[in-house]
Amino acid sequence: MIARIAGCVAILALIGAAPGVSGRVVHYQPREEAVPPILSDEADQIVVANCISCHSLDYLTTQPRGKGAQFWRAEVTKMVTVFKAPVNPADEDAIVAALDRKFGSAPAVKPAA
Amino acid sequence: MSDAFSAYPRRSVLAGLASLAAAPALAKESQVTLPFANGERPMVRLPQKRPLIALTTRPPQVETPFAVFDQGLITPNDAFFVRYHLSGLPDTIDPATFRLTLGGHVDHPLSLSLAALKRDFPAQEVVAVNQCSGNSRGFSNPRVAGGQLGNGAMGNARWRGVPLRALLDRAGIKAGARQVSFNGLDTPPVDTVPDFVKALDLDHARDGEVMVAWAMNGEDLPFLNGYPLRLVVPGWYGTYWVKHLSEITVLDQPFDGYWMKTAYRIPDTPDASVPVGTKPASTRPISKLNVRSFLTSHVDGARIVAHRLTHLRGIAFSGGDGIAHVLVSTDDGGTWAEAQLGEDLGRYSFREWRLGVDLAPGRHIIRVRATTAAGETQPMQPLWNPPGYMRNVVEAVMVEAV
Repeated sequence: MIARIAGCVAILALIGAAPGVSGRVVHYQPREEAVPPILSDEADQIVVANCISCHSLDYLTTQPRGKGAQFWRAEVTKMVTVFKAPVNPADEDAIVAALDRKFGSAPAVKPAA
Repeated sequence: MSDAFSAYPRRSVLAGLASLAAAPALAKESQVTLPFANGERPMVRLPQKRPLIALTTRPPQVETPFAVFDQGLITPNDAFFVRYHLSGLPDTIDPATFRLTLGGHVDHPLSLSLAALKRDFPAQEVVAVNQCSGNSRGFSNPRVAGGQLGNGAMGNARWRGVPLRALLDRAGIKAGARQVSFNGLDTPPVDTVPDFVKALDLDHARDGEVMVAWAMNGEDLPFLNGYPLRLVVPGWYGTYWVKHLSEITVLDQPFDGYWMKTAYRIPDTPDASVPVGTKPASTRPISKLNVRSFLTSHVDGARIVAHRLTHLRGIAFSGGDGIAHVLVSTDDGGTWAEAQLGEDLGRYSFREWRLGVDLAPGRHIIRVRATTAAGETQPMQPLWNPPGYMRNVVEAVMVEAV
């Protein structure tokens, strides 16, 4: 699975016009992505495989922690029903469970305020 | 490739560069911690940008380190925040073949090259703040889902372009027109995701201030801020400032796309808030910026010299009513003094404020509160809404005089 992810990451580059110079073709490629360590367990693969079809995984890891399963249920439901993301409906519960396991509880040691 | 920005103009080199870059030595990234839980963020360098605070990688989103706002009223292009919704960024933009179309409920649909846009219409400039609707969302309490931003998803720039009114007049609006919609070159990752399209009422679109901009602070727009054209909607939240603007459509009925009808909605209450943890009974599209102010000269926990004149400085801005006055408290809101206002770059711009204070030894909570010419002011307690939009509480910064 890690190999598959590596195969679909891309590299950032903006090739073309220098800043402020008009008239040259500009190319853009997305930045390199990595699977964050917190999503490296076997049980997280269902999260990784589904979520990366539309966005990088920092969309998940930067969300507030400790919001419980309902928070993640709402997010997954939004992706499936509103954005009609390519998620197998049979996977929804497992995705929510995995997200809740990793992010649903507040961290044991809170960062300094 | 570590610079990620090279002066190779031809597409033919792209494949070679991409394969070269397939196994990059990852530069050691520095980190910052935004002042809320789970606020650790890498500093990343995107094309045409200095290292900025990363929120997400795909699509790219970065915010401006707050110290930049103390270095001048104009936010430099390479420090300006970046926010996208959809991962399908355009991969190639050729300014020679790029066209802006204006169609729909008009007499003469237009297809304009960049050269024609700059040549055939009057240009104008405005200094205006572009602020993300969700700027400061990370401070929401209770926390809410969405981009967990500090205070750096805002910036103030001098925009140059053509008034949208001139384009609409050239095309000739047909009777019965109601709204104007705006689409850019960015696309959804999958077909089912609604394309990012926004709309304004016709009267607003024709107010002479809304503009199609090609320059920012005297240079072409940075790619990640919308090259080659973006909509500029002075006084309104950044969600309307459509990047890579390529398609303008005059509509004879209200636009009902997802990004107007469902997303970017605020509670339909006078201050766009609801009691903490509750849902609004009804909503409306987000629109005008509310008034905000910040202390920029001192960070939380800064040490100053006691019984010596300390110069406090910061910024204030609003949705266009103009800043009438800024009050500063050094005792957590007990008493207030009026700050001096600095240079006026227009009613949509950041406005500098300054105040000299002389503080006794000890800790002091500095508060800053701006009021507009229309009498709008900042709340002492934070307002809350489910999407975490429009935060504008009176900020508090602790300094220690020693």
